[in-house]
Amino acid sequence: MRDPEKIKIMKRFLGFVRKEFLHIFRDFRTLIILFGLPAAMIVIFGYVVSTDLKNADIAFLDLSKDDITTDLSDRICSSGFFSRTDDLSRYGDIDRILKKGKAKAVVIFGEHFGRDLISLGEANVSIIADGSEPNTATLVVNYITAIISDFNQQYAGKMVAGAPVIRPEVRMFYNPALQSQYMFVPGVITMIMILVCALMTSITLTREKEFGTMEVLLVSPLKPAQIILGKVTPYFILSFINVNLIILLSWLIFKLPVKGSFFLLLAESMLYILLSLSLGILISSVSKTMQQAIFASLLGLMLPTVLLSGFIFPIENMPKIYDWISAILPPRYFIVVIKNIMIKGTGSGFVWKETLILAGMTFLFLTAAIRSFKTRLQ
Amino acid sequence: MRTILYLIRKEFLQIFRDRFIGKAIFAVPIVQMLILVPAVTLEMKSSEICVVDKDMTSESRGLLGQLEGSTFFKIPVLASSENEANDLLHKDKCDLILQIPSGFGKDLGMGKPARVMVSVNAINAMTAQLSWAYLNGILRDYNRNIIADKAGSVAVSQIQITNRYWYNETLNYNYFMLPGILGILVVAIAFLLAGLNLVKEKEMGTIEQINVTPVRKYQFIIAKMIPFLIIGLVDLAIGLAIGRVTFHIPFEGSLLLMFLGAAIFMVAALGLALFISSFSGTQQQFMFVAFFFLIIFILMSGIFTPIESMPVWAQKIDLANPVVYLMRINRMVMLKGSAFRDLSREMYSLMVIAMLFTVLAVLRYRKTA
Repeated sequence: MRDPEKIKIMKRFLGFVRKEFLHIFRDFRTLIILFGLPAAMIVIFGYVVSTDLKNADIAFLDLSKDDITTDLSDRICSSGFFSRTDDLSRYGDIDRILKKGKAKAVVIFGEHFGRDLISLGEANVSIIADGSEPNTATLVVNYITAIISDFNQQYAGKMVAGAPVIRPEVRMFYNPALQSQYMFVPGVITMIMILVCALMTSITLTREKEFGTMEVLLVSPLKPAQIILGKVTPYFILSFINVNLIILLSWLIFKLPVKGSFFLLLAESMLYILLSLSLGILISSVSKTMQQAIFASLLGLMLPTVLLSGFIFPIENMPKIYDWISAILPPRYFIVVIKNIMIKGTGSGFVWKETLILAGMTFLFLTAAIRSFKTRLQ
Repeated sequence: MRTILYLIRKEFLQIFRDRFIGKAIFAVPIVQMLILVPAVTLEMKSSEICVVDKDMTSESRGLLGQLEGSTFFKIPVLASSENEANDLLHKDKCDLILQIPSGFGKDLGMGKPARVMVSVNAINAMTAQLSWAYLNGILRDYNRNIIADKAGSVAVSQIQITNRYWYNETLNYNYFMLPGILGILVVAIAFLLAGLNLVKEKEMGTIEQINVTPVRKYQFIIAKMIPFLIIGLVDLAIGLAIGRVTFHIPFEGSLLLMFLGAAIFMVAALGLALFISSFSGTQQQFMFVAFFFLIIFILMSGIFTPIESMPVWAQKIDLANPVVYLMRINRMVMLKGSAFRDLSREMYSLMVIAMLFTVLAVLRYRKTA
């Protein structure tokens, strides 16, 4: 039999959790955003943010205007990647059209292009790309180069019949359709958890401080640990629902399956939620006002999560020092874990190292959070 | 006018009374610039490729040599079997696998097309496409050499391609990201601070004290806007100076034009922030709604990815997204030196949006709430 004292404490605690839940649900607007933001982000990342080249505006400066240049420019425009904006007539127009941002690149055929190609066996085409957008510029130049090279090969093939060529066969592993969702769904999960757990808990805890209601709670028969636990339990549950919602949505909209063990994924998510919650408690203990808590969570947690964890920008591309900086950021490990379980379908054998690091961090932050809360009481 | 000046003074005192916020306002741009600009890059410097050469002829080694010659690909390991290579791909030890089957050299020697197999880790679709494009380029070069060899003395007609990148010759990614990060900085500071500030007055009840004074609605809104406008522009100046000193970012255009664009943009952002804040009762509520808008505005602004790649409906929505215009103005003025006539569409659109949001904010603010 449990002794009645314990049951009483438990009841008290549950009553406190209920009160916190009521607080959250009373604020209907925040609740909508809490679940609307992940949905909106999945749609934006899935349909809107795309690095593919589509309908890039290209201008032509064709000084030769012969059959070959017409054929080539038609090939470029019918490839589906480009659309023709303008036909220029002078070199001076290039600067004007690029400065206005009306074209990403200008393709220039010199005078007597076709004649040179036939009689001299060589002709020059130049591409001037707008380097202020390096990624698009590289893609544009690469694609045009590929189209012209194909033309070259066909043209050469006509002259040297039966020339041997290498035929590559490509397989895109884990993501055959090259969907960008595979990359961002783990990122969205990580981000939403930081947002819900760390940001929201730090705000609610600081709010009690700023309004002085924390004192009221502290003189209640609840122990400090119970207060913290009661404050974070609703957010734990909400984030857990959110994770499931994101996974469900990405499966419904993008047919993104969980290849590995679903339970392992949920267990890892719970570990990460715990970690973010302890970060939130830590932030609340160092900030005096809600604005401070908001700034600290946004700048200290949100920005690094979005930009330095390898979610949008691969860490391999960054200067070496960022490899070390991101090594202390929890999201980096969590993203590896989700990617492995969801997309590659690997089991715990592949993620134990990351899990261990995350568990260690959780332990560290949790101890620090509890300690900081205690010292504040004195 | 005097009233507005007094109110502005009050706002400044209020902002800087919180020492943490006072410091954060100026420390954040510095840290953001220094840390984020070099990190935020989509430029691929190298890719690790694992080669399974089952052929071991001079032809396959020739292809390998060509691969080794490229600065982009690194060949950390040679695997002996397909399984071994797949395992490496699984463990993220390599990004691509190139398999050369036996008979590759023989086929080429007999003048038959030869096959190679390429496997790419495509979880990140973009890097997968890029590294495959690079590898394809190498294969194409190899092809061309074979054709040229076969053709012997017969001249093969070729189109030579030369390309140049204007405004950013070396395709330095920092040049691209710095104006974008500057934009985020300005929008985050203005948007969040201003909105939080107004909601805090509501939450604490101090707004009632202003409501009972004869301060007019527009005076109140203007006095709320101007301090953050000034802070935002100072932040922009700090950011620009850091970009200049640390990253040697060129500045081709007119400084005045850039600040004009930023100022109009800030009015739009502040107007929207104050408008949203009139719907929220607590700072937490405002935070969430503002964050929702902020993240959507920024992601759709073309800061990371080109707007042309977005679906048409998203491009239509983007017409009302002030961040889009700010990104374009920042980049075009800084890197290309575009003048007002090149940017007139962006400037006028921003002005319309700014006016709209400000009017909405003034109308929504009720003194009798």
